Amino acid sequence: MNKPVEPNSFRTGPDEQGMFGIFGGRFVAETLMPLILDLQAHWEEAKNDPAFKAELENLNTHYTGRPSPLYFAERLTEHLGGAKIYFKRDELNHTGSHKINNCLGQIILARRMGKTRIIAETGAGQHGVASATVSARFGLPCHVYMGATDVERQAPNVFRMKLLGAEVTPVTSGHGTLKDAMNEALRDWVTNVDDTYYLIGTAAGPHPYPEMVRDFQSVIGTETKEQMMAMEGRLPDMIVAAVGGGSNAIGLFHPFLDDKDVQIVGVEAGGKGLEGDEHCASLTAGSPGVLHGNRTYLLQDGDGQIKDGHSISAGLDYPGIGPEHSWLKESGRCEYVPIMDAEALEAFQLLCRLEGIIPALEPSHALAEVIKRAPKMGKDQIIVMNLCGRGDKDVFTVGKILGHEL
Amino acid sequence: MTARMDARFAKLKEEGRPGLVTFVMSGDPDYETSLAILRRLPAAGADVVELGMPFSDPMADGPAIQAAGLRALRAGQTLRKTLAMVKTFREENTDTPIVLMGYYNPIYVYGVDTFLKDAKDAGVDGLIIVDLPPEMDEELCLPALAADINFIRLATPTTDDKRLPKVLANTSGFVYYVSMTGITGGAIASTSAVADAVNRIKRHTELPVCVGFGVKTAEQAKVIGRDADGVVVGTAIVQAVANTLDKDNRATGDTVEAVATLVGGLAAGVRAARLEAAE
Repeated sequence: MNKPVEPNSFRTGPDEQGMFGIFGGRFVAETLMPLILDLQAHWEEAKNDPAFKAELENLNTHYTGRPSPLYFAERLTEHLGGAKIYFKRDELNHTGSHKINNCLGQIILARRMGKTRIIAETGAGQHGVASATVSARFGLPCHVYMGATDVERQAPNVFRMKLLGAEVTPVTSGHGTLKDAMNEALRDWVTNVDDTYYLIGTAAGPHPYPEMVRDFQSVIGTETKEQMMAMEGRLPDMIVAAVGGGSNAIGLFHPFLDDKDVQIVGVEAGGKGLEGDEHCASLTAGSPGVLHGNRTYLLQDGDGQIKDGHSISAGLDYPGIGPEHSWLKESGRCEYVPIMDAEALEAFQLLCRLEGIIPALEPSHALAEVIKRAPKMGKDQIIVMNLCGRGDKDVFTVGKILGHEL
Repeated sequence: MTARMDARFAKLKEEGRPGLVTFVMSGDPDYETSLAILRRLPAAGADVVELGMPFSDPMADGPAIQAAGLRALRAGQTLRKTLAMVKTFREENTDTPIVLMGYYNPIYVYGVDTFLKDAKDAGVDGLIIVDLPPEMDEELCLPALAADINFIRLATPTTDDKRLPKVLANTSGFVYYVSMTGITGGAIASTSAVADAVNRIKRHTELPVCVGFGVKTAEQAKVIGRDADGVVVGTAIVQAVANTLDKDNRATGDTVEAVATLVGGLAAGVRAARLEAAE
């Protein structure tokens, strides 16, 4: 593929139409178009309003517990014998993952817009839990759509959402995973246009969602930069994050995009291997298409029908990817690689034993890539990995695979 | 604008009645049965045919049309086969307009220019692409108009007077008014609200206005047809197909006949619309 001319900055997108190069856009039904334009107008206003920023920062500090620590993983570094490894510990956030960063931003916006009902889709359940959490915090009813397969494999999170007062609807269409949940959430939104706010959990969907979610998640990268400067006096050589829809990754990556000496690696779910259909590596093994309001890389067949992916991790089990990642891949700024289920599982266990941290299966994919790369790098080099979620929710899944009766 | 579409609406105007626009899913429950249904529609009373292009992720459709699309895909339907079906239909019918309805991705993957050429060759008159609002007109709408294929836009209850001109700007053939916010097959809005909306749209355009989403019975078709230039029925027809299938979702001897009977009743409904109103 021809590489486009390198832009002066990788941080100016999207354009007014919501495009990152050919990716992104607003591919939605007419019924939703006025809502999306309304959302965009409110978002433009809010992001330049100091009061909005102050409210979000206050909640980030006192409710979520930001800034999350940047932690030097000393034993893992020794074990791998190469680059120094740091973790950005967003798994210590309230609700256990980076998802809360976005949910707080969007619920403040929903309130400004006068919306009285929240809907959300969820895969692993982390975004569903975060949505239910912020809805409870602000006293709004919350309806979460979750694929029936995911409801089963992430039962603890389903119960958490219910404890938090949310209504959870299992979606049985397709394979009953994240893409089907998103279809159903869109159907709800198109039906309940007057009072409902759709709280999308990843940096995908129609404009302005990819930009908005990225901006709320960019707190990860912005903090990382400051913390790195304070601890090491320089920027890292490499940053690594897992990509499903890609919100934690774009949150870490975006503030670093114009720091050309920082190598950026996104890690996709390779599932059981890229040869068959049992993976979710849309950037590595997919092709451009249009789904869920945006043009981006998708897993699809020759007729443009979307495939159901597979990953050991429900949070990465999505056949698409945020449009900005598609653009960053094509522009060559970021590199995207697959990690297989088995490699992620190994990494998961290694981190438990070496650092006393049980990671979620999503960042375990990023970790597996770090494990491959760190030994090949010098001891004076630095990798930062986004440890975007904790593994409590995955203990049952992992237990089952490892043959432990729980 | 294609001649076939304009001629059809001119004829309806002459007859002083609204048209019946019938939606069927191509390839549901299989290619042959679906083609047989398509062939029966004009004689049964359909004035315009909307032919669904099945998509794996139909975000604006309710359970009945979702299921129809999945049945078609499982039976091996593709966009290529849908175009072949239109071509076969055209061998014996040259005056019933065919509008392909669906989502953008299969067309995008097929390649827009190749698709438009193949669609025109097959005898397609118009396109309704649910996930292409006016903001994305450069993708397919403008190339389609250049290729002499109508691009029919949906106007909805959320399309206010400020937005309506934008929605109508590159619309051709007819305007499809979606009578409610929501997915296909939901409850119909109050008929007076529909009439108000149709008349509101008519203040902005000379194009025929067809109303759909929620029309299920001949009686509803009759009432909607008093103000609308066309009445679109989709879910009820697709459901009629579903009701006749065996437990493995295969067609039975009743499948084609059930659709023809339903469409016949609906056609009587639209034909009675203005007569009764005039009394």
